[in-house]
Amino acid sequence: MDKTLEKTEIKESPAAPAQGGKLVISSSPHFLNTESIPKIMHTVVMALFPATAASVYFFGFRALLLILVCIGACLVTEYAFQKIRNKPVKIYDGSAAITGILLAFTLPPGFPIYGAILGSVFAIGVGKMLFGGLGYNIFNPALLGRAFLMATYPVLTTTWVEPRTVQKAVDAVSAATPLAMMKFEGKFAPLSDLFIGNVAGSLGETSVIAILIGGLYLRYKGYVNWKLPLGYLGTIAVFSGIFWLINPAKYPSPLFHVCAGGAMLAAWFMVTDMVTSPTTALGQWIFVICAGILAVIIRLFGGLPEGVMYSILFMNAFVPLLNKHTRPKVFGEGYKVQ
Amino acid sequence: MGHKTFDRGIHPAYYKELTAAKKVEQAALPKTVIIPLQQHAGAACAPLVKKGDAVQEGQKIADVQAFVSAPIHSSINGKVKDIELASHPGGTRVMSIVIEGDGTTREWKAEGSADLNAITPDMLREIIREAGIVGMGGAAFPTSVKLAPPKGKAIDTILLNGCECEPFLTADHRIMLEEPEKVVWGLKALMKATGAANGIIGIEENKPDAIEALKKAIGGGNIKLVILEAKYPQGAEKMLIKAGLGRKVPPGKLPLDVGVVVNNVGTAAAIYDAVVYKKPLIERIVTISGNGVREPRNLRVRIGTSFEEVLNQCGGLNGTGETEVLNGGPMMGIAQSTLAVPVIKGTSGITVISAASIKSNNYDPCIKCASCVSACPMGLMPYRLGDYGKAAMTADFKAWDALSCIECGCCSYVCPAKRPLLQWIRLGKYRLRKEAQKAAAK
Repeated sequence: MDKTLEKTEIKESPAAPAQGGKLVISSSPHFLNTESIPKIMHTVVMALFPATAASVYFFGFRALLLILVCIGACLVTEYAFQKIRNKPVKIYDGSAAITGILLAFTLPPGFPIYGAILGSVFAIGVGKMLFGGLGYNIFNPALLGRAFLMATYPVLTTTWVEPRTVQKAVDAVSAATPLAMMKFEGKFAPLSDLFIGNVAGSLGETSVIAILIGGLYLRYKGYVNWKLPLGYLGTIAVFSGIFWLINPAKYPSPLFHVCAGGAMLAAWFMVTDMVTSPTTALGQWIFVICAGILAVIIRLFGGLPEGVMYSILFMNAFVPLLNKHTRPKVFGEGYKVQ
Repeated sequence: MGHKTFDRGIHPAYYKELTAAKKVEQAALPKTVIIPLQQHAGAACAPLVKKGDAVQEGQKIADVQAFVSAPIHSSINGKVKDIELASHPGGTRVMSIVIEGDGTTREWKAEGSADLNAITPDMLREIIREAGIVGMGGAAFPTSVKLAPPKGKAIDTILLNGCECEPFLTADHRIMLEEPEKVVWGLKALMKATGAANGIIGIEENKPDAIEALKKAIGGGNIKLVILEAKYPQGAEKMLIKAGLGRKVPPGKLPLDVGVVVNNVGTAAAIYDAVVYKKPLIERIVTISGNGVREPRNLRVRIGTSFEEVLNQCGGLNGTGETEVLNGGPMMGIAQSTLAVPVIKGTSGITVISAASIKSNNYDPCIKCASCVSACPMGLMPYRLGDYGKAAMTADFKAWDALSCIECGCCSYVCPAKRPLLQWIRLGKYRLRKEAQKAAAK
């Protein structure tokens, strides 16, 4: 390196070649990733497809009708609110469709159409649009709609039918869900039926395998924070497992709790709702652990056979508080200096 | 995977292949240079020449007595045409010395000794200051200031930053590959100047050829090469210290509070030139890249050369639609309103983004997806800071540690609602500054 600095000089500045157009100014960063809200929401809709197919398989086309009615009513409600409030119409972003599908998934197969419409209007209107629309709601809109229907039609929302696959008579007969059988008759449904979905229950919650396929697809796409579903299901398993170890004759196994009722559906598609779950890691742990414990307590000791819905709605209310008081540690905070 | 790194951060597309394999070429001698009197963090310089003066390449043409500052030198032989307000790549207008060249260049010969034992730390600091050397990664903080820590602060490690985590940029990569001896020598000089016992070069795993070159140049001794995960913003000072040394610089503190001084690899090479060739900082390597420029290149450009002239040597701009021309890379670069701005000491790259890739101004409501929280390397909650900044809620803005934000842009990058979070945070910081000024005026 002792010689003079090497230079391979470009001899002359070339004449000005064609210029680009107008220069644009913006604040950095100038590169963004390709994610978008519609992309996320449409992926969630895709992830709900296996469970939709399972609901049609087990409960017939009545299930599909209910799902379509709920989606339609949700979209119309959102459209009406956005029109009336002179806001841009964004009903195709997929979020209202998800609410519709999830609300339908929580209804019994025999639920009347007018009830489904009413629930959808409430879910979107009160649960979402009155709060300010997408991103501003505190409670999961689908679950709020379901809670509204539960209060409005207590009998209709708890009248179940056997799936087509086990129906013996020509007409659908009313049947008990596995959780109701556990609670009121002390009988535990076989796990294999729960896993496949061969039991009475709400439209989209019975088939564990179908929900898992969708949930894992969502995880693969990166739209599910693993803490939420695993934390929720894990808490349900551990907390219910304590009772099971104490008295296995009276209390069902942790696996039963995880597979029965709406636990699996809620874990992958409701607990994980971005808008209504905490944004900090610690907040997320508190959220899922408390919700999981609540669900088991309601199931085992409450008046209702199923506690998943209320466990999530209850914890939704704490999310703003959790976000505020579980701030992550700022980089370097507390590190010693010389 | 498995390489050292920091927590959180992002993995953007890097597009380094556009220029990574291209040798650094000497840019054409500019006919005119515009040399701003403010090219560094700190006090602006005052001109030492006046209109009509003849100047030589390497001649000091501006300086100031302030501690945090660096003098400025002419990058060509010629005559001072004017001293006037001119556009600056930082986005403002700054007093600048315009020099018209006479078409001749100076030859730089190795005059000084490369024997570090012959130089004292004070001499080194003086040479570095007189050569106008500033941090060449982009922030342009005067290097001599970093090497003079206040009493009671001992520096045990010099950390050279060879991460170059900005997409597109390959200037540092090429320096490490083409001039590894200079980089290593510069590191030894920095260690000598501060009395630091250890030297570390941090480099991302995605530059295997440069890693090999540096390994050879280092040989052995108390200099260590640390290979880091390719992750943005790995080259941010605090992230690099965490990754390379496991130390964390607390909020509001400086690297020297944890015994470290961080310098760019380009700065180290410039120190070699300053000591051995007695050559001040009058040119630098610039990566010209992006999908809006015809022939991406790595060029050695004289300070003061206009962006337009540099871009013309890269085939000019693509297309006729809207274009974004950045001083720096796409994550932290500053968009330019005119191509008349000059390359300055901190210009590590010129990135040109064509119409199709320019981000849209539309955004959706926040859906609390927490992507920004999981991306923020500083452990902040950007979605809240963005809202507070936008809504002028300065008390909340400050209470949620907005001042710890290093403006890396990870939050805006990952936001699915395309919310300009960093822009709002900058707005909030601006409001805080204004409030502080008002309070001070009372």
